[in-house]
Amino acid sequence: MLEMMLSVWDWMPEALQVLIKIVAIVAPLMLAVAYTTYAERKVISYMQVRIGPNRVGPRGWLQPIADAVKLMFKEIVIPTNANRFLFLMAPILSIGPSLAAWAVIPFNDVLLLSSLDASLLYILALTSVGVYGVIIAGWASNSKYAMMGALRSAAQIVAYEIAMGFALVGVLMAAGSLNLNDIVLGQQGSMASWYVWPLLPLFFVYFISGVAETNRAPFDVAEGESEIVAGFHVEYSGMAFAVFFLAEYANIILIAALTAILFFGGWLSPFEGVTALTGTSFAFLMELSIAWFLLKTSFFIFVFLWLRATFPRYRYDQIMRLGWKVFIPVTIVWLFVESIMFLMKVGPWSVGA
Amino acid sequence: MRLLKHYIQSFLLLEMFKGMALTGRYLFARKVTVQYPEEKTPMSTRFRGLHALRRYANGEERCIACKLCEAVCPALAITIDSEVREDGSRRTTRYDIDLFKCIFCGFCEEACPVDSIVETQIFEYHFEKRGEQIMTKEKLLAVGDEHESEIAACKQADAVYR
Repeated sequence: MLEMMLSVWDWMPEALQVLIKIVAIVAPLMLAVAYTTYAERKVISYMQVRIGPNRVGPRGWLQPIADAVKLMFKEIVIPTNANRFLFLMAPILSIGPSLAAWAVIPFNDVLLLSSLDASLLYILALTSVGVYGVIIAGWASNSKYAMMGALRSAAQIVAYEIAMGFALVGVLMAAGSLNLNDIVLGQQGSMASWYVWPLLPLFFVYFISGVAETNRAPFDVAEGESEIVAGFHVEYSGMAFAVFFLAEYANIILIAALTAILFFGGWLSPFEGVTALTGTSFAFLMELSIAWFLLKTSFFIFVFLWLRATFPRYRYDQIMRLGWKVFIPVTIVWLFVESIMFLMKVGPWSVGA
Repeated sequence: MRLLKHYIQSFLLLEMFKGMALTGRYLFARKVTVQYPEEKTPMSTRFRGLHALRRYANGEERCIACKLCEAVCPALAITIDSEVREDGSRRTTRYDIDLFKCIFCGFCEEACPVDSIVETQIFEYHFEKRGEQIMTKEKLLAVGDEHESEIAACKQADAVYR
């Protein structure tokens, strides 16, 4: 049976194979996105000493499906004098890049859609393209609130993009490669050789910039419920609105996955190199597997929700100050320190150099 | 020195971690949510809910159409018409409370010299058609008849404090 399936697989044209692989990545991703919304509501309510959604299905497990069905049957209202084409294009432009970026995410050493040599660059490029969706949505809506939200969001993403890019430069200096697979493999050995330790400041800068990039609380001025209603997506309803939400949560999952890959060894086991475990029944913990990757990703998604439950929103000028005057200097200083360590051959990356 | 301390604190994100530790602790705290239709919070005997008109034990309605409640009502929600009944006593022919106007202040209950108009503990009710919000004399008396035992119990429990 398996052999037959494999021969059918080989016989298929390559485009079809790729298509099947894409579906195999995007379908679980969409499910994960739906359940991230549920997890968000649950985690935040638990931190606020509430119970959260628990009515739809057992313990509320069907809530995201009910939400999706509701949004699908709602009318998509297009405002008068809005640019119809761009208005409907914006959600697509915003979800496209956040899904496309998953093409280069290595789930384990063999499970990935494409092992691109410049995958880090590719991801950086795609996360920047995502901002066009927001800007176009703001402009096409023909609404002042939406325009203001879009401008804020654009300014914020540009500011944090730089800090994020610099933080990633640190990672690629350490790994000596832009290929995400090689970056993970560069962290082999034990938990101590994960890049998070030598690059600790860059990790914090990267993660916080990631939160800002996805327009999540405490950096959600683009939405700013109290001042500009909902920011760039005020005029959207029904499925068009839902697509924006899907994009936001897909981005969260992407940033969490990238954090796991770049700083926490991706699919490598945290127990790697713990010789005490070999031969015991816990030896399976040492194996590298997709489970570790998913576990690490889930943890960082949880941190996203945790941050939202904890911190009040930044003021707009404070966001700009943090981005330009704190993060960029910090990353540049640490890059300098790293380069000197690189030259003097101190630190974990000196082996590869 | 203080500047140095400030920089160390903000660069190590100490306060951020403190905040996150707090919310992290609350993640495991006992939840305070009351699952409403299944669970309910205790209710005061003085709760001011849906109105009712009471009767004496012999079935005679208490209301004597003195119109004190109509006079005291700050929202002008009560409308009373009265005439003399065959036996010579004064009774209402119309006693309407517009629940959309009513602000549930309880002044009518306070003003009533014969404990006729009362506000019960009923708060789960709804209207389906326009006009249903007018509580007529018949509807008020029906509510009173149905819930007389609870109303009497509340009155008795509160009597100590009056």
